[in-house]
Amino acid sequence: MTGFLARQGFSRAQGIAFVLMVVLIAVAPFQLYPVFLMKVLCFALFACAFNLLIGYVGLLSFGHAAYFGFGSYVAAWTAKNWGLSAEVAILLGGLTGAGLGTAFGWLAIRRLGIYFSMITLALAQMAYFFALQAPFTGGEDGIQQVPRAPLFGTISMQSDLHTYWLVAGVFILFFLLIHRVVHSPFGQVLKAIRENEPRAISLGYRVDSYKLTAFILSCFVAGIAGGTKSLVFGIATLTDVNFQMSGEVVLMTLLGGLGTIFGPVMGALIVTGMEQYFAQLGAWVTVMQGVIFVACVLLFRRGIVGEIGAKLKIIL
Amino acid sequence: MNPVLPRRTLLAGAAAAPLVGFGRRARAQANTLRIGVLNDQSGPYRDTGGTTSAICCRQAVEEFGSQGFNVEVVTADHQNKPDLGASIAREWYDRNDVDMILDVPTSSVALAVAAVAKEKNKVHLNTGAATADLTGKACAPCIVHWSYDTYMLAKSTGGATVKAGGTSWYFITADYAFGQQLQRDTTAFVQAAGGKVLGASPYPFPGTTDFSSFLLQAQSSGAKVLGLCNAGGDTVNSIKQAVEFGLTKNGTMSIAAMLMFITDVNALGLDIAQGLSLTESFYWDLNDGTRAFTNRVKSKTPNNWPNMIHAACYAGTKHFLKAVAGLGIADAKKSGKAIVDKMKSMQTDDDCFGKNTIREDGLLLCPAYLFQVKKPSESKGKWDYYTTKVTSPAAEAWKPLNESGCAFVKA
Repeated sequence: MTGFLARQGFSRAQGIAFVLMVVLIAVAPFQLYPVFLMKVLCFALFACAFNLLIGYVGLLSFGHAAYFGFGSYVAAWTAKNWGLSAEVAILLGGLTGAGLGTAFGWLAIRRLGIYFSMITLALAQMAYFFALQAPFTGGEDGIQQVPRAPLFGTISMQSDLHTYWLVAGVFILFFLLIHRVVHSPFGQVLKAIRENEPRAISLGYRVDSYKLTAFILSCFVAGIAGGTKSLVFGIATLTDVNFQMSGEVVLMTLLGGLGTIFGPVMGALIVTGMEQYFAQLGAWVTVMQGVIFVACVLLFRRGIVGEIGAKLKIIL
Repeated sequence: MNPVLPRRTLLAGAAAAPLVGFGRRARAQANTLRIGVLNDQSGPYRDTGGTTSAICCRQAVEEFGSQGFNVEVVTADHQNKPDLGASIAREWYDRNDVDMILDVPTSSVALAVAAVAKEKNKVHLNTGAATADLTGKACAPCIVHWSYDTYMLAKSTGGATVKAGGTSWYFITADYAFGQQLQRDTTAFVQAAGGKVLGASPYPFPGTTDFSSFLLQAQSSGAKVLGLCNAGGDTVNSIKQAVEFGLTKNGTMSIAAMLMFITDVNALGLDIAQGLSLTESFYWDLNDGTRAFTNRVKSKTPNNWPNMIHAACYAGTKHFLKAVAGLGIADAKKSGKAIVDKMKSMQTDDDCFGKNTIREDGLLLCPAYLFQVKKPSESKGKWDYYTTKVTSPAAEAWKPLNESGCAFVKA
């Protein structure tokens, strides 16, 4: 086990944290509501994908909802109308995200900083209006009553727990993928670009193609997360492509800890948990969320996981 | 009842306690009926639904009293997010032993919750969403839609306005499925009643705040009625700007808001809203029953008097409780379909809507009223806003059953 984790680029502390996370994922459905946990895992994966860009390449994409949302639309539509099995629908969602990411990324990476963010936002808004008008998305009603397609066409996904194991599997798989990417030579170059782009260029790296590859990869995983979520809830709606979703994923990543591998997971847990369990507070829910965000930003400048890592002098 | 717990129960309880965890899992109590009010409590539909819906639901529970079972009301804010609405609904039905989910505005959330209700065979009583699909394409034997839908609004406001003299129309339409559908439906009813549609301005949704060019086009078309096929903040903005442009001055043009509630009229104020026509199925000053109901609840919600959604929350809860009492709590907890079948088999009878029936596809058939908003000088007191122009009887106000497209009714 330790040998395997070390080969995947885990440090000792990260390895322990990873094992802890897997154990928690395995135990959690017997304690908490599985559907809620699936939602957390989908958003955690989405936030990890986003974190790959902002945390390791330094690109703040403000339009990640487009890839997430179209991933969920395509997965939902194909599962409902073509009766595809779960894994194919999710994969198609991911490929949609990647396809969209290739087109948008190719345009956006030509600019830096705020201009990059604005271009991604503008393109994502175009995607949003497309989703609003296109007949296959069902407008503001969204795609409803998507069946929980069986895995590999045979394993039934009707029980929440079965679906949970699928979602957990997808999450861990792509979490490991992102971790592997970040800790590969390719990832080292990405970090070099983040730290000092002109220097990376002067060392002879074709920075644009590195950035584009990272962008597409991030969009692919975002699409996977969206596709998984649409199968869990049986719906794909405008909420997923809305710019607020792009904002939410920024929030999750910031709250958990930018550029930490576990931060986005923690952030997703907190944001989704607040949304779900503060819902009973009625009119106070948004106020409470605001107060907690302000407190987090003031108290945990590096994000929660970032702050824990700094306290323990380890990189998580 | 024996107050001493058997030791075995205690032991089992102690053994099970760690399994329960911190997930606030409600114990399934056979004797308690739970109603969940799920709506927007912090966003744009806060006043049309919101806490007043919960207050009206609790009012019904209170009046119903105890008839051999307890009733609990829980509430949550779905923030107009379908996935959040669906996950709260699932958790309520699965874990918190909720038997009926009430209200649920915003069509996308309503359809998502309806799908969950269908899957779990639990009751969903929708009073807040506009989509006619709830009793059409997305219908299920455990869903009841009470208060209004797009078809009824279009028919009443479109058809009845023509009869009242508004023969030529111009539409300003939010350019997405909801707005387009409303415009299509209304156009059909206007034409069927012998009226003419002179033109329409679709505008990009969301994000349009300046309606001036559309209003000028409407003005120059010479139409007598400006139909607003939009909702919420857009409706409010377009009405305000229409008044600023003097569209309604000297009675040249009247405005028909396709989806508007008395709570919106209150927010606009009579100075701006005067002369508007709109459709609701409930108004507090309709008759003795509606006045009596409003007198009972208005002290609990003094700044937000009930509109048709709130009234439906009250009336629907009441009818639901009667059905459960008729069925017996044990049978009722087992099957949502059984409760709804019972609800359909009994005539509804309440202060807000009077005596009506719930059709096979789950649609409550009640009269629809075309109202006109009073001038400030005509209004005698708080919330005295409407005069009734046309009443559409229950049999004519709604989509006919053979057009509803509800699958299980045909079968």
